[in-house]
Amino acid sequence: MAGSDTPRQDDIPVDASATGDQPAGAADVPAVNSVSGDEGVGSAGPDRAVDPTAQDARTPAVTVRGTAAPSIRDVRLKIRRFLPEQDAEPHWETYTVPTEQGDRLLDAIHWVKWNIDGSLTFRRSCAHGVCGSDAMRVNGVNRLACKVLTKDLGDEVLLEPIKGLPVLKDLVVDMEPFFEAYRSVKPFLLPSPHEPTKERLQSAKDRERFDDTTKCILCAACTTSCPVYWSDDAYFGPAAIVNAHRFIFDSRDEGGEERLEILNTKEGVWRCRTTFNCTDACPRGIEVTKAIQEVKRALIFRRF
Amino acid sequence: MATALEDFGSPAIESPRARRQRPGQRSRTNFELYSWIFMRLSGVLLVVLVLGHLLIMNVMDGGVQRLNFGFVAGRWSSPFWQTWDLLQLWLAELHGTNGLRTVINDYAERDGTRLWLKMLLYTSAGLVLVLGTLVIFTFDPNIG
Repeated sequence: MAGSDTPRQDDIPVDASATGDQPAGAADVPAVNSVSGDEGVGSAGPDRAVDPTAQDARTPAVTVRGTAAPSIRDVRLKIRRFLPEQDAEPHWETYTVPTEQGDRLLDAIHWVKWNIDGSLTFRRSCAHGVCGSDAMRVNGVNRLACKVLTKDLGDEVLLEPIKGLPVLKDLVVDMEPFFEAYRSVKPFLLPSPHEPTKERLQSAKDRERFDDTTKCILCAACTTSCPVYWSDDAYFGPAAIVNAHRFIFDSRDEGGEERLEILNTKEGVWRCRTTFNCTDACPRGIEVTKAIQEVKRALIFRRF
Repeated sequence: MATALEDFGSPAIESPRARRQRPGQRSRTNFELYSWIFMRLSGVLLVVLVLGHLLIMNVMDGGVQRLNFGFVAGRWSSPFWQTWDLLQLWLAELHGTNGLRTVINDYAERDGTRLWLKMLLYTSAGLVLVLGTLVIFTFDPNIG
């Protein structure tokens, strides 16, 4: 797998800017709508990059762009690999991936899987920042691989599985503890037990109260960025508290007391040290730490 | 029912990190809430008490050079300064102890380690509190 990048580096100069340094093939196509990204991969030559899937891998990222000839930049992905069948401990492996301006990190990881090492395992589904499958530790901070562009990352990118959950394989972790904590705050509407005679109406203002925390996609980026969660996995973690917040402050919900009681423990909101890692990690821009503080405040003012 | 993992026949799933505990069982007390509030209130009070203490002892009227047995004896003859020092002692000791308690909770992973560290912590805190309180209340200016 290491051999696959050497020929390509010969073809593509390190500082391949938009000028005449393009790989073979780029020259005979005008700059507009250049498909030299495909050519770049094709010209990687004798190795398995000639595989048609390799071109498929490049195509989407190339066609959305239009104006200047795309410049190819090699990015070294240093990935924390762990194959449970053969490894006792995780280890680092480096892959060199040619990337273009608009490439997402997920595209680069796909390129590795499709062209260099098919055994690389990671989760992704929608690839557009909605499903929350591809949270991972990128250069030490939790990000969704589909929402980070490689151009923002530098030449070497460290990729690790999110921290604090058992690693199953490569970038895939066991999410069950995370969802167990999520389920334990009863993340569903607990309305008044009386049969309603009409629709449960809610004013726009009441809806606004918990709007921020409705955005959660359960990617676990916040919970696994929390240093308290790293050392104490009995802690509910930011995501569970965010989802409790979403119902505690819902005017139609009657289970607020119950949820507050659940979070009023040693492993509940009082464990939070307001390091703001969660707020920084959230790919949806939820103010996670603020939500946790609001739950604390609700507990205090319920008491006094 | 076999999980997907067991189907792999994978022996190394525990690595590198396996889960230890399940999330919080409910507690019926508000201890953590009170301790959280105590940290905030005692912190605010300590800012006043400690800064005042430092100002009086180290800055005003010639500062630390004038401190001697007589100076302390004079101060402790007044109930105001006795109360000030007593409050400072208790708040600082409890504030620090509670802070260390949370640090131990955060970082001590094994139950045994946690138990012993907390025993040590509570013992030392108890000693300091008892000794300090005893001195403030039984101080005899004529001892010299």
